[in-house]
Amino acid sequence: MKLRLWSIVALLVVATVLVTACGGGPAPEPTEAPGAAPTEEESKPAEDESAGTTKVSMWSHAAGNPKEIGAVEQMIADFNGQQDDYEIVLESFPQESYNDSVQGAAIAGDLPCILDLDGPTVPNFAWSEYIQPLPVSEAELDEIGIIPQDVGRYKGTVYSLGQFDVALLIYGRKSVLEKYDIRIPTLDEPWTKEEFDEILKTLQDSGEFEYALDVNAGWTGEWWPYAMGPMLWSFGGGMIDRDTYLTAEATLNGPEAQAWGEWFQALFEKGYVNPNPADIEGFNQGRVALWYNGSWSADPATEAWGDDLLFLPAVDFGEGPKIGAGSWQWAISATCEEADGAWEFISYMMEPEQIALMSETTALIPTTPDGAALTETFSEGGKYRVFYEMLDRFAMVRPRTPAYLTISSEFEQATTLIRDGGNALDALDDAVDAIERDIEDNDGYGFEE
Amino acid sequence: MENQQALDVATMRRRKLVSRILTVVSQYAIHAFLVFIFAFPLLFMFASSLKETNAQIFRDLRSLRAFVPVGEVSLLNYRAVFENSRFPRFLFNSVVIAAATVGLGLLVNSLAAYTLSRLKWPGRKIVLSIIIATLIIPGQAIMIPMLMLVSRLPRLSLVEGALVQGWQNSYSVLVLPFLAGAWNIFLFYTNFQNIPYELDEAALVDGASRLEIFRHVIVPNSGPVFATVAINTFLGSWNMFLWATMTIQSEELRPVMLGLQYFFQRDTPWGQVMAYTTLITLPMLLVFFAFQGAFVKSMATTGLKG
Amino acid sequence: MADRSGVAGERKSLFGADAGPALAMGGPAFFLLLLFLIGPFFAGIAFSFTNQRLVSPDPTEFVGLRNYSRLLRFSVLRLEPLVDEETGELMRDEEGGLEYPRSREFTRDEENYPRLTGLTEWFNIHIRQKRYVILAGDPAFIKALVHNFYFALVIIPLQSAVGLILALAVNQKMAGRNYFRTIYFSPVVTSMVVISIVWTFLYDANNGLINAFLADFGIEAVNWLGNPTTAMPAIMIMSIWQGCGLQMMLFLAGLQSIPDSLYEAASIDGANAWEEFRFITLPGLRSTMIFNFITITIAAFQLFTQPFVMTGGGPNESTTTVILRMRTEGFREQRIGYASAIAVVFFLIILAINLVQRYVLREEE
Repeated sequence: MKLRLWSIVALLVVATVLVTACGGGPAPEPTEAPGAAPTEEESKPAEDESAGTTKVSMWSHAAGNPKEIGAVEQMIADFNGQQDDYEIVLESFPQESYNDSVQGAAIAGDLPCILDLDGPTVPNFAWSEYIQPLPVSEAELDEIGIIPQDVGRYKGTVYSLGQFDVALLIYGRKSVLEKYDIRIPTLDEPWTKEEFDEILKTLQDSGEFEYALDVNAGWTGEWWPYAMGPMLWSFGGGMIDRDTYLTAEATLNGPEAQAWGEWFQALFEKGYVNPNPADIEGFNQGRVALWYNGSWSADPATEAWGDDLLFLPAVDFGEGPKIGAGSWQWAISATCEEADGAWEFISYMMEPEQIALMSETTALIPTTPDGAALTETFSEGGKYRVFYEMLDRFAMVRPRTPAYLTISSEFEQATTLIRDGGNALDALDDAVDAIERDIEDNDGYGFEE
Repeated sequence: MENQQALDVATMRRRKLVSRILTVVSQYAIHAFLVFIFAFPLLFMFASSLKETNAQIFRDLRSLRAFVPVGEVSLLNYRAVFENSRFPRFLFNSVVIAAATVGLGLLVNSLAAYTLSRLKWPGRKIVLSIIIATLIIPGQAIMIPMLMLVSRLPRLSLVEGALVQGWQNSYSVLVLPFLAGAWNIFLFYTNFQNIPYELDEAALVDGASRLEIFRHVIVPNSGPVFATVAINTFLGSWNMFLWATMTIQSEELRPVMLGLQYFFQRDTPWGQVMAYTTLITLPMLLVFFAFQGAFVKSMATTGLKG
Repeated sequence: MADRSGVAGERKSLFGADAGPALAMGGPAFFLLLLFLIGPFFAGIAFSFTNQRLVSPDPTEFVGLRNYSRLLRFSVLRLEPLVDEETGELMRDEEGGLEYPRSREFTRDEENYPRLTGLTEWFNIHIRQKRYVILAGDPAFIKALVHNFYFALVIIPLQSAVGLILALAVNQKMAGRNYFRTIYFSPVVTSMVVISIVWTFLYDANNGLINAFLADFGIEAVNWLGNPTTAMPAIMIMSIWQGCGLQMMLFLAGLQSIPDSLYEAASIDGANAWEEFRFITLPGLRSTMIFNFITITIAAFQLFTQPFVMTGGGPNESTTTVILRMRTEGFREQRIGYASAIAVVFFLIILAINLVQRYVLREEE
C-alpha cells in the first residue's frame, strides 16, 4: 500500500521535472520557406572554414497572415542560402498579441536580435534602451532612397527601417460622383473642406446610401491616431508640440484642434457617418458612398467595383492633405550579440528585389523608388502606383516621441468621446493634461527644455 | 348510488390525469425554452463554423438560420484552421499543461487543505484567513511582478543541458505558478470539514500516521470534491490567455487560446474563428460531461459552511 | 470541529504535535502561494510607492504617496457664473444657460491654486446659479469604480435569483432533468473569451439576433454595445447567462438537503406552494444563498474579460472597470507604479466589502 502511494508520488515528481525542463528554449528551429531553393549565385566564400554559422534570432508579427509570412520566410531562405556566416532563425507571432509578447520578452530581457516594431512605438523602445541604433549613414539612406517617413528615428538617430507602408485614401465610385455632379479630385487638386462638406450633404440627402461616408468608426486601437490624426494635422492642429516634444497645450486643444473636433463630431450628428458599422462591407456592397480607409482594401474593392472604382486623395482641410505613415519596421535589440549579422540581413531586406518581393506578395506599398520600380503594381503605370505617390507626397509621421504610447491612448479616448457626442474641448483638454503629466513623470522622455 | 360514486371517482381520476398532463407539458415547455436560451449561443457558434463566408454569417444572423447550418456549408473553415495554424500542436500543449496542472494541483491543494482542516499547528487560523483573503487579489495586479520574478528564476533545461535563467518559453511557466489555488484549497477545506472526525480518531487509535489517514479516510470520502477541483483547475488552465502571451515565445509551446489570435486580422474570417472556438470548447465540455456526476455530488457539501 | 487536544498526541513539541506533517504536506502549496501570489502582490505594493515603469532607462525612484494622492485626491471648486463686464449682467450662452469659467483655468494655475493642480473634472452640479465642480485626481478610476459597483449590485441579486429559479425547475421529478441541468451549466465551463466573441455577434446593432428577436415583437433595434446606456446592461445579461449555472448547482444541492419530512408536514397542515416556498425552502437555503452572495461579489468585482473583448471599455467609457483601468495604465501607458496603487486601493475596497458582507450575513453557529 505504502509502496504504491510513494511510487505514485515519485512518478509525479519525475513528471514535474520533465514538464518543467521541457521547453522550446531560446533557440527555436528554423522554419522552412515554402518552395524556396537556394539561389544559383555563388555563396560568399567562407572566410574561415572552421567558423560555424552564427544563428541570428528574428521575430515577425505576421503569423496567421500566410502571404506576409510567406514573403518573410522567402527572404530568410534566400539570405541563408546565399552566405554561410549567418543563419536567420524566425519565430512568428499573431499580430493581436504581438505587442504583449514583445513587452513580456522585454521585461524578461529576452528579445530576439531582429524584430519588427510598429513605427510609432520605435522612439519608446529606443528611449527604453531596448533597441540599438542602426549602423547606417544619412548618405546611405539617400542612396536607398527610402521615404523619410519610413525611417524610425528618436532624437534624429536611426533605429529602424520599414520595407513597406500603407496609404490612407478615400475610395469612391466614378458613377456615383458623376451622377451627383461631384468633381473628381486629383492629387494636385484634392477636395477642400468646404467642398467635402457639400459633397457629404449631397450624397446623404440623395437617399441612395445609408451613409455618405464610412471611416471605420467602430474600430479600436491604433486606427484612431493613425487615421484621424492626419485630419487633425490637416486642420492645423497637432498631438504635441513637435518643436519641443514637451507640451501639448494649444496644439491639441487650440482653436484648430477644436475646429477639427467639432467638425468630426458633426459628421456623426448629421448622420453622414456610421458610428459603429457592423462590418467593413458597407462600401463594397453599395450601402456607403465613400470610404476613408487604407490601401490594404484595394483588392476587395476592385473586385466589387472594377473600373468604377476610384482612389481619391485625402481631403485638404487647410494645411494640405495629410495621411498617416509608418508601418512595421525592422529594428535590432540592444542585447543582440550578433548585431553585425542582424544588420546584414536588414540591409538585405532593404534591397530593391526584397522590397519588391514583399510588396508583390502582400500588396503593401514599397518604400523605395527602386523597389517600387521592380514591382508590377507600384511602378509607373502600375495599377496601384497612385498609392505610392500619395505616400510620397502626403505622408506625415505620428510624433516621434516615447510619449507616443500615452498620446495614442489618450487621443483614442478623446476622439471616441467626441464621436459619441462628448464635448470636444473637454475631451481634448483631458488628453492634453494626461499627456503632459506623463511627459513630466518621465522627465521629458529624454527631450530637454 | 354506487354508479354515482364510481362516476365521481372516474371524473376525479380524469381531472387528476389532465392536470398531471398539463403540469408535465408546461414543465417541458419551460425547459425547452430554457434549453434554447442556454444553448443558442453555442449552437450559433457551431453553425457559423460551417458557413464559408463572412457575408453568409452576417446575412443569417437576423434569423433562425443563424443556428442552422444551411446554405453553403462545409468543413472548409475547419480545414483552414488546420492549415493556417498549428492547431494539433497547440492542442497537445494545452492538454499537457492542463493535465500537469490538474494532476499536481489536486495533490498539492488537497494536502494543504488537509493540514488546515485536520492538523493542529500554530498559525493555522491565520494561514486560513490569509488564503481566503488572497481570493480577492486580481490577476492583473500581480501579472507584471510575476513576470519579473519568473524571468529571473533558474530552471533546468534539457534542451541546453544546463541551468538557465528564466522560465519563459517552457511548460513550467504555465503550470507551476498556478498549481496552488486559494479557491481550490478552500473547496477542499469546506469539504473535509464535513467528514466526521470520528473516522480520523478511529484510525489514529489504530496507529495510523497523518498521511495514512489522508489516504485512507479523507480521500475515499472526497471523490466528488476532487472531481470539482479537477474541472475547476482544468478550466482555468485551458482558458489561460494573457499570461501565456507574455511568457511563451516559441510557436512550439503555444497553448490553444493563443492560437485563436492567429485568426484575428483586419478582415477577420469569422467562420474560421468560430471553427477554432468550437474545437477548443469541445474538450472542455467533454471533460465536464465525464465528471459531472461527481461534480453535482460535491456541490452538496460546498456552501453549507461558508 | 471536535477539539483534539485530548487525543493521544505522540510527540509533544513546541509547535504542536502536527507541525512536522503539516509542514511537509501543506508546505508545497503554501510555498507556491507565497512565491507566486503573495510575493508578487507585495512586490506590487512596493511598486505602488515608486514610479516604476514597464520599460524605462531611468532607474525607478521612490515617490512616496504620490500615486495614492493622485488616485484619491478630491476637491470641490465653486464657480460663479460669468458676468459681462460692461453691463454687469449674467452672460448667457445660445440656449440661455449661464456660462461659467472653465475649471481648467484653476487646475492649471499652479501659482494661485496649487492645491488644485493636476486635478481633472469628474462632474459638476448646479445649486442656485453656482456651479460646484467636483475635481478628482483620477476621474477615470472613480468612474470605473462606480461601474464595478453598478455591475455588482445588479448581478448579485439577479444571478442568484435566476440560479434559484433554474434549480427549482430542475428539481422537479421529471425525465431528462439531468440533461437539462447539464445544458444550463455548460456556459460556465466555456471560455469567457469565446462567449464574449459569440455574444458580440448576437448583440450586433444591425444584424444581431437579439435585435432580430425584439423586432419580432415590434421593438426597435437597440445598439447594445454602442450605446453608453445599454452597454453595461448588455454585459450584465451575458454575465448572468454565463454564471447562473453555477448558482443553480449550488441551490440544487441546497434544495436536496432540505428534508422531505418538512414539506410533508406542511402539506398536511394545508400550506400551499407559495407558503411552502417562503417558510421551508427559503430558510433552508439560507446558507447556500449567503455563500452565493459572497462568491458572486468577489467575482463581480473582477470584471475584465467581457469589456476587454467586447467593448474595450467604451462606448464613452461606460463599461470601463477598475481592472481594465489597471491594464490600460500598467500595460498600455506603462505606468506600473500607478497601476499597482490602483490594485492596492481596489484590494482594500473589496476586502472591506467582503468583511462587511460576512459580518452582516453571518449565521449564528
